[in-house]
Amino acid sequence: MKNILTASLEWVDARFPLSKMWNEHLAQYYAPKNFNFWYYFGSLALVLLIMQIFTGIFLAGNYKPDAALAFGSVEYIMRDVNYGWLIRYMHSTGASFFFLFIYLHMFRALLYGSYKKPRELIWLIGMLIYVCLMAESFLGYLLPWGQMSYWGAQVIISLFGAIPVIGEELAVWVRGDYVIGDTTLNRFFAYHVVLVPIILLALAVVHIIALHEVGSNNPDGIDIKKHKDPKTGIPLDGIPFHPYYTVKDIVGIVVFLIFFSIIIFYMPEFHGYFLEYNNFVPADPMKTPAHIEPSWYFTPFYAILRAVPDKFLGVIAMGAAIVVLFFLPWLDRSPVRSIRYKGWIFKTALALFVISFFGLAYLGMNAPTPLRTDFARLFSAIYFGFFLLMPWYSKLDKTKPVPERVTDR
Amino acid sequence: MRQLILALTVLLPGIALASGGGVHLQEANNDLNDKASLQAGAKLFVNYCMGCHSANYVRFQRIGKDLGISNSELQENLMFNADKVGETMNIALDKSDVKRWFGVVPADLSVIARARGTDWLYTYLLSFYLDDSRPLGVNNLVFKDVGMPHVLWDRQGWQKPVYEVTTDAHGKTHQVLKTLELVGKDKMSGNEYLAKVESYRKDVRDLVNFLDYIGEPNKLVGRSLGWKVILFLVIFLGFAYALKKDYWKDVH
Repeated sequence: MKNILTASLEWVDARFPLSKMWNEHLAQYYAPKNFNFWYYFGSLALVLLIMQIFTGIFLAGNYKPDAALAFGSVEYIMRDVNYGWLIRYMHSTGASFFFLFIYLHMFRALLYGSYKKPRELIWLIGMLIYVCLMAESFLGYLLPWGQMSYWGAQVIISLFGAIPVIGEELAVWVRGDYVIGDTTLNRFFAYHVVLVPIILLALAVVHIIALHEVGSNNPDGIDIKKHKDPKTGIPLDGIPFHPYYTVKDIVGIVVFLIFFSIIIFYMPEFHGYFLEYNNFVPADPMKTPAHIEPSWYFTPFYAILRAVPDKFLGVIAMGAAIVVLFFLPWLDRSPVRSIRYKGWIFKTALALFVISFFGLAYLGMNAPTPLRTDFARLFSAIYFGFFLLMPWYSKLDKTKPVPERVTDR
Repeated sequence: MRQLILALTVLLPGIALASGGGVHLQEANNDLNDKASLQAGAKLFVNYCMGCHSANYVRFQRIGKDLGISNSELQENLMFNADKVGETMNIALDKSDVKRWFGVVPADLSVIARARGTDWLYTYLLSFYLDDSRPLGVNNLVFKDVGMPHVLWDRQGWQKPVYEVTTDAHGKTHQVLKTLELVGKDKMSGNEYLAKVESYRKDVRDLVNFLDYIGEPNKLVGRSLGWKVILFLVIFLGFAYALKKDYWKDVH
């Protein structure tokens, strides 16, 4: 038996670099041994990507992208399709978890300077993934064809209208209609299930290839390739990804699945954050809801949009809040990567940034009042200040000496 | 004690109104495991609601299966204009007619409990009161100027608003809604009144329970499956952690 297996592998290896790829990316990919809690979220995001694709295939098998049928077909999935409710909740809850993990994954990069040289490209690809994910969730959110689906899409697409000269034409072009309608739903479905997932998958692969080319960062932000075993050439602080991190990530995945199950079985709406109550009312183009708010993962940017009095400038500010993230590798001038060896200035700046981000998220979820708008402006200023002033404060910051080898903390 | 509780619950909406905020919602406290309540709710639904409201995504057969009602019982008691148990709770109502009568097309109620919440529905159905200024003679505390008539009036009776006069900071007097009470309260003994109020509350609770159930018929399926999945995962976590620990013992 073993001979057949070995022979088969040899046959494949002579024609396709299967063993080579296995070794390069798993069995002989040496990752730093000091990964901590924050390092679970990359593999968890990958798990979610796969879960979203598979649950999505089952949903697409029963969903009807037709303005007259869409809402009913979702209810059909919820009631008449065997375990359709479970698949649907996995998909809807998965979307929120995907964002949660991507935010934590990005925050990890901020903590340990994972975007700094030589990992700038990994960060850029990651940012593209993030932008695609936003597009994917926005497109998917229209599909249940509830009131919040409809009016959320209406508000966001109308933002194109704020662009001078071509704005209105552009909005009509995107919608395929003067308002969100059947055409919009049909094309959003196509983008949601074909276009964006293909790009997302491709980018995820490129993200991992780029990571494995330069090697993973670690909580100490030091280069483990500087100290290799003279005989084997293996980094002294490195351990093979498989089996060490595969078995560790399984633990992370199971813990995630426990939390995930609590939500999908016992609180699938998650108090209206994962499934909004208003979205159980079928889309009605004649009835604007009193309160339109985006999904929780967009609310920080929505708050920035509303903080600016002018609509067009608001759109610019919202876009800039995402674009500025792309430049992070070149904004950080600190000689060290990890927050462990950075000084009080960076730590304070990061703390203020986190407070502002949560503050903006809260403000984006709630109807504006004059006081809330003032706070939204303050938090927006801190948000942009964190990035735009970084070239100066990260240089001024007094850093601590970085150890040669990874620490056990 | 019962009088006190009743006084408090009936007063609550009034108090909330007087303080200028929205109406305080009363808790429905419905129980999806209570099959008798769900069956009573189903009966109320087909008799009182389905004249105008459909539940287009709900199949009679599914209700029968989940609520323990046989096909023949379904056909006798719940299905007035449907032939086959596999059909959904549809109604034969001309949309343009109904729009002329009530000003709006009555909503499909399949997922109304998920959109509005059970507490809102419970309070809503308890909060109809006589209002001569409205075309159908009634208004509602939680849904101002609602187009729906008080279809359950023969079970509740009519409620009238009780106002009290308050004086604001500028010395002006206002009529503030204090509470709702049944017309003819003075002709009933205290216990009779309580029994009447309580019996209607039970009706509404049953109806809301049924609406909650049809909103998500698989909710109980999920709850009973959930803990088994979680238990499996917790046990699996033990093995996964032991595996990780064993592999990592040579990492220092």
